[in-house]
Amino acid sequence: MTQALSPRFKNLIGLLLLAVLLAVVLPLVLEPFRLNMVGKYLTYAFVAVGLVLCWGNAGILSLGQGVFFGLGGYAMAMYLKLQSSTLEATKIQSTPGIPDFMDWNQITELPFFWVPFKSLPLSLLAVVLVPMAFAFIVSFPMFKRRVGGVYFAIITQALAAIMTILIVGQQGYTGGINGITDLRTLAGWDIRTDSAKTILYFVNVALLLGAIGLCLLVRGSKLGRILVAMRDKEDRVRFSGYDVASFKVFVFCLAAALAGVGGAMFTLQVGFMSPSFVGIVPSIEMVIYTAVGGRLSLFGAVYGTLLVNWAKTSFSESFPELWLFGLGALFIAVVLLFPNGLAGLYRSHVEPRIDAFLGRKGRSGSTPAPAPAE
Amino acid sequence: MFMGYSLGELGSIFAMQAFAGLILFSVFVLMSLGLAIIFGQMGVINMAHGEFMILGAYMTYLTSQAFQAFAPGLYGIYFFVAMVVAFCASGALGMLVEWSMIRFLYKRPLDTLLATWGLSLIMQQAFRSIFGAREVGVELPEWMMGSLAITDTIEVQINGLFVMGLTTLIAIAVYLLMFRSRWGLQVRAVVLNRPMAGAVGIDSERVDRFTFGLGCGIAGIAGSAFTMIGSTGPTAGQLYIVDTFLVVVFGGAASLAGTIASAFTISQAQSTMEFFMSGSMAKVLTLLVVVCILMVRPEGLFVLKVRR
Repeated sequence: MTQALSPRFKNLIGLLLLAVLLAVVLPLVLEPFRLNMVGKYLTYAFVAVGLVLCWGNAGILSLGQGVFFGLGGYAMAMYLKLQSSTLEATKIQSTPGIPDFMDWNQITELPFFWVPFKSLPLSLLAVVLVPMAFAFIVSFPMFKRRVGGVYFAIITQALAAIMTILIVGQQGYTGGINGITDLRTLAGWDIRTDSAKTILYFVNVALLLGAIGLCLLVRGSKLGRILVAMRDKEDRVRFSGYDVASFKVFVFCLAAALAGVGGAMFTLQVGFMSPSFVGIVPSIEMVIYTAVGGRLSLFGAVYGTLLVNWAKTSFSESFPELWLFGLGALFIAVVLLFPNGLAGLYRSHVEPRIDAFLGRKGRSGSTPAPAPAE
Repeated sequence: MFMGYSLGELGSIFAMQAFAGLILFSVFVLMSLGLAIIFGQMGVINMAHGEFMILGAYMTYLTSQAFQAFAPGLYGIYFFVAMVVAFCASGALGMLVEWSMIRFLYKRPLDTLLATWGLSLIMQQAFRSIFGAREVGVELPEWMMGSLAITDTIEVQINGLFVMGLTTLIAIAVYLLMFRSRWGLQVRAVVLNRPMAGAVGIDSERVDRFTFGLGCGIAGIAGSAFTMIGSTGPTAGQLYIVDTFLVVVFGGAASLAGTIASAFTISQAQSTMEFFMSGSMAKVLTLLVVVCILMVRPEGLFVLKVRR
C-alpha cells in the first residue's frame, strides 16, 4: 500500500489552505465590520482547537472551557481597564485612578490582585499562566484520583457555574454582570479604530495558525500517540508504566492556555469582557463547535466554529425564534448522525474522490474513520 | 455578627433559617430524586432534567387556569389533579425521548450529555414560544396561604409545609417502587448486570424506557411543587441543573439514600450561610466545598459496593 499523500504533507496543505482563507480571502471579501465579527468567532476557535486535543484525542470532556476563556479575557480586560482609568480620565470620581465600577461600589483602593495588571508584560503572562495554573489546580487532584469521563464533565461544569456567580456577585472587584467595559487603548494604541481592528484580526489569525501548528506537533509526536492510547485503553497505558494522570493534566493545561489566549484576543477585538462568556452556556456551546467540526480534526474545529457562529449570527438576525431550535437540533444531529462532524463527512465522502482524482487508488480513503471517543 | 440580638431572637432566627433550609431541602430532594434514578441508576446524563421540571410547572399552570375557568368551586383541589397531569406529561415525553434518542447512546455517556443539552435548548424555546418569555405564577388555593405561628417569633408558611409533606410522600413512594416492588427489582437487576438480567428474561429495553419515564415524571412533579413557592419561566430549568447534578454526585451516584443525605447537607449549609453573607457568596462557598470534596472523594458520600 502506497500512501497517496503523507499525513504530514496533508496537514501542511490544510494549514496553508486555512491560512489563505483566513488571511487573504476573507479580508478581501468582507467589509471591516464583518471581518471583526469573523475575528470574534476565531477567538472561540482557540477553545475549539484545545478541545480537539483534550476531548477528541485524550478523551477528556471539559464543560468548563469558558472559565479559561474568561480568565484570559479578564486578564487582558483588567490591563486595558487600568490603562483607560488614568487619573485624568477618572478625576470626577471620589477616588481617581481606579476603574469606574470600583468607584461606584465604594471601593477606595485598587485591590491587590489588580496591581500586577498595571504592566503589559505581566498581563500578557497572566493571559496564559493564570488559566494554566487554574487548570492545573483543578485537574491534578482529579486525574490523580482517576476521576474522569462524566464526573470530570460535571465538576468542570459546576466550576463554570461557580465562576459566573462569583463574578456577578463581586461587582466591586469584577465589574459584575456588565463585565469590564469601556476599554480604549493597549499601551497607548487605540484599539477601537478600523485599522487597529484589522491589525488585531491578522494577529489573531497568526496566533490561531500558530496554535494549530503547536497542536499538530503535539499530535504527531509520541506524546500524541500516548494520548490516543489513553483514551482507548487507559489501563493498558498505565500498566505499560506511563503516568496517565500527568499526561492528562498536561493536555488539559494546554487546552486551558489556548482558551486563555482566545479570551484575551476576544477582549481586544470586541472591546469588553463579561460573565456571559464564562458560564455554562458558552462553555457547552464551545464544545458543540468542536463536535460540528469533528472532534478529531484540528482544522475541522476551526471550520465548525466559523460555520456555527455564522449560522447563529444570520439566524439571530432574521429569525431569532428559530435559532435555539436550530442549535438544539444541531446538538442532537451531530451526536446521533455525524459523530465525526464535518471532518468525518469530508474524510468519508470528499477525500476518497480527491485521492481518486490524483490517480492513486487502494489507500487510506477506504479505512473507516476512527470511532468517536466516549 | 451576633451583637444586638437577644438569645431568644437568635434561637428564632436559627429556627426560621433551618425551616428555610428544610424547604430548600425538599426542593433539592424532589429535583434530584428523578435524576438519581436516571443518572444514578441508568447512568444517563440528562441535561434536560430541569426542562422536564419546567414542563411539569407549566402543566400545573395550565391546570390551574382550566380549573379557574371551568370549575372555580373545585379550585381547592386543583393541585392534586395538576400533579397527576404533570407526572403524565413529563413521563410520556421522557419515554418518547428515550425511545427516539437516548437508547442509541447508552454506550456513549458524554454524547448523551450533548444530545440532551440540545433537547433542553429546544424545550426552552418551545416554552418561550408557547407560554411567552414572561414568568407565570399560579394562584394558591385559599387553604394553602398564610402561615402557622408556632411561637411569637417563629412562623412557618403553610405552602412550605405542604411541599415538605409532598416530598416525604414521593420519597417513600420511590423507595417502595425501587426496593419493594417486582418492577424495582427488575430495574436494579438491569443496572447491576444488563446481559445477565436479559438472560433471566427481563426485557431490559422496556425497563429502560419506563425507568427513564419515571425519572422524568418525578421531575414533572417537582416542577409542579415549585409553582407552590415560586413563579415559572422558560429558562428556569437551567438554574437548577448544576445544583441537581452536584446533589446526586455528592450523594454517591448509585445510592438513593445518599442523594437524600447530600440534599440535606447542601441545603442546610447553604441556607445557614445565607444568613451570614450575601446569597451569591453562600452559593459559591457551598458549591466550592462540594466540588473540593468531590475532587478528593469522587465516589461521593455513599458508595454502593458492587463487584464489576
